[in-house]
Amino acid sequence: MQKGKRMATKEYPVVWLQGAGCTGCSISVLNAVSPRIQNLLLDEVVPGHHLNMLFNATIMAGEGEAVIEVLKDTETERKGGYILVVEGAIPTAADGLYGSIGERGGRHLTIEQSVAELGANALVAIAIGTCAAYGGIPAGKPNPTQCKGVKELFDEKGIDTLVVNLPGCPVHPDWFTGTVSVIMFSGLDAVKLDNVGRPELFYGRLIHENCPRRADFDKGRFAEKLGDQGCLYKLGCKGHYTNADCPIRQWNNGVSWCIKAGSPCLGCVEPEFPDGMSPIYEIVTFEDLK
Amino acid sequence: MSKTIKIDPLTRIEGHMAIEALVDDGVVKEARSAGTLFRGFEIILQGRDPRDANRLTQRICGVCPTSHATASALCIDDAFGLTNKIPDNAKLIRALILGANFLQSHILHFYHLAAPDYVDAAGAVGAVSPFVPRYEGDYRISGQANAELVNHYVEALDIRRKCQEMLSVFGGKMPHNVSTVPGGVTEKPTEDKITNFLWRLNEIRDFVDNVYIPDVIYVANSYDDYLGIGKGCGKVLTYGGFDLPTGRFFKAGVVSEDLKLEPFVSENITEDLKYSWYADSGSGRNPAEGQTEPKLDKKQAYSFLKSPRYNGKVVELGPLARMISNYVQNDAGTKKLVDSLLGQLGVGTDALFSVLGRHAARALEAKIIADAMADWLQILKPAEPVIVANEVPAEGTGAGLTEAPRGSLGHWMTIKDRKIERYQVITPTAWNASPKDDKDQPGAVEQALMGTKVKDRDNPFELVRIVRAFDPCLACSVHLLDANKNASGVFKVV
Repeated sequence: MQKGKRMATKEYPVVWLQGAGCTGCSISVLNAVSPRIQNLLLDEVVPGHHLNMLFNATIMAGEGEAVIEVLKDTETERKGGYILVVEGAIPTAADGLYGSIGERGGRHLTIEQSVAELGANALVAIAIGTCAAYGGIPAGKPNPTQCKGVKELFDEKGIDTLVVNLPGCPVHPDWFTGTVSVIMFSGLDAVKLDNVGRPELFYGRLIHENCPRRADFDKGRFAEKLGDQGCLYKLGCKGHYTNADCPIRQWNNGVSWCIKAGSPCLGCVEPEFPDGMSPIYEIVTFEDLK
Repeated sequence: MSKTIKIDPLTRIEGHMAIEALVDDGVVKEARSAGTLFRGFEIILQGRDPRDANRLTQRICGVCPTSHATASALCIDDAFGLTNKIPDNAKLIRALILGANFLQSHILHFYHLAAPDYVDAAGAVGAVSPFVPRYEGDYRISGQANAELVNHYVEALDIRRKCQEMLSVFGGKMPHNVSTVPGGVTEKPTEDKITNFLWRLNEIRDFVDNVYIPDVIYVANSYDDYLGIGKGCGKVLTYGGFDLPTGRFFKAGVVSEDLKLEPFVSENITEDLKYSWYADSGSGRNPAEGQTEPKLDKKQAYSFLKSPRYNGKVVELGPLARMISNYVQNDAGTKKLVDSLLGQLGVGTDALFSVLGRHAARALEAKIIADAMADWLQILKPAEPVIVANEVPAEGTGAGLTEAPRGSLGHWMTIKDRKIERYQVITPTAWNASPKDDKDQPGAVEQALMGTKVKDRDNPFELVRIVRAFDPCLACSVHLLDANKNASGVFKVV
């Protein structure tokens, strides 16, 4: 547990709420390397700056009423100073009752209600994963529970807190730790977002631009079935309109990533995922999305 | 005097969970279990390309996506007529991918989800988030032993991450691997990858043998009353799983408390709906004909989970079921490990049906899988194929039955006009955390909670230790009846 240079530590309280999702983004962040998850939880990620994970249902020791109180205390006592992380989409059908995060005052505290309350008073909201950013699979046709992303919910409720989208199914841990680093080093204003709310630092280039199979595409060498050599375009690869740095960064400590393992890019970081990327193994062109 | 204990949310599980306990004279009287987050995956899958189910159903769960990848691939293989054509390499790589995730899931479950109920992390690290707030009053390990267990909590964070890195050698990425697909796998077993995988595995095996299993035994000795708490329904079931070229590694079976074995037959699975928010007309059906017609105004219903039953009986799924099934079928490796463990703890096989019996079974299973994976690597054939070409048929039906870290998992599908007409998933937690059935028999977790003595109702360690030992992995909810009011009113639409 390494400490940085002695100086007054700036605390960043974090409330991490889980909505209609699969916990995969929490698991992905547990896979972080440099900093590792134990550094994120216990150390100063950037010297002088410390994340204080006050609420995360997957790892926190507490439960029941005591942790529901943590939410209220954070909202009132750390007003404007805490980071709200939302994982999973927000079900809004039937007044949000398709998903609750606990009980408050004898009633369900719905995901919709807690994201709105905590969102209104947060320093920034980080929508982690495609579900939280844009709705993702739970919002896939016919969207049975009317799931929405954080920004859409905020816009409807007139909440003007900045939303940083970190889509991906799941998010890459570096995209989270990297965004936190930008906020700590350089401040919120330094987080440059693209037109769908993603940091350009991670989502600024097409998969296709940096793909190791790009030469195959340029020379017209296409895989005809899974397992073949060659560009995966004809097998439904969506890398030509998907913006992420997977080819350079790779996944799981740089071991591999989708296309390296012979599988077409699903386009999981795009707002159109999954419906605009389906059928997954068929060619869907940029024009089809319009 | 009756008193209701309510724990909502119950944390350190996958999903959203609550417990509500009616305690009378310090003993839990009645239990209810209910699902509270509804996403409607089966509805979202209708009308899509059948192959896409393999990508999408992994996203049911980020803790055990590889199990859904495996179940859906088997289901689609079946519907496409590929089951007997899957190359040996593909079977082995699918098993290695699945096994790698069992290891990360079991290690995560013991150290990061369950251990904070037994190990005093705040005592070693300080009263900081996320280790406080918490229940107080029953941490029985202190000093150097406690500090060492907390160090292992931190070390286990690295090891479970390395399990996922190992998985990615063949799986491409985790969570949500890309390699397990209908017809086989997409990644090839080149010699460099085999060796790379092996040495990642060796580090993990070292941790399982020398840290994980000894820690579970230490905790079991320190909390030995939990070898007698949370017995449950006394009947276990496993579909069997890990399809190797020679057959299933884990043997299917249904075993009773007195270790009597019956063969498992999938046609004996039915789903009751009496206490679930679905139309009763679908009750009692096999999942291949399953019907999911929501009916939210059903008076007695209290869950979105159906009640899966085997021959009308309540059964428990999970590592305990797999270890017991292998044990009674005389799997030499399992028998040796289980007998050695029981000897070290000084208990008989009946003690396996308990909170710590479940943790111990999980730890032994990690060793059995990890050791076997080293053998599976050695029979890969680098030059041979990993996938068979396939096409979506116009019509078809399929079933994919396999194992997830927390119990047996089944996918069922019907294809019409080259699209998914019906898709049904039964997760292990649906069995374990099911509500009462048509005959009013409580589900497995409900039964494990009932009869439990709760020492301190403000710090009900017993309840959370029992529920977590099942490793619930579903947005689900466990409720217990309040003697004086109708608890079903609590659930409203959810």
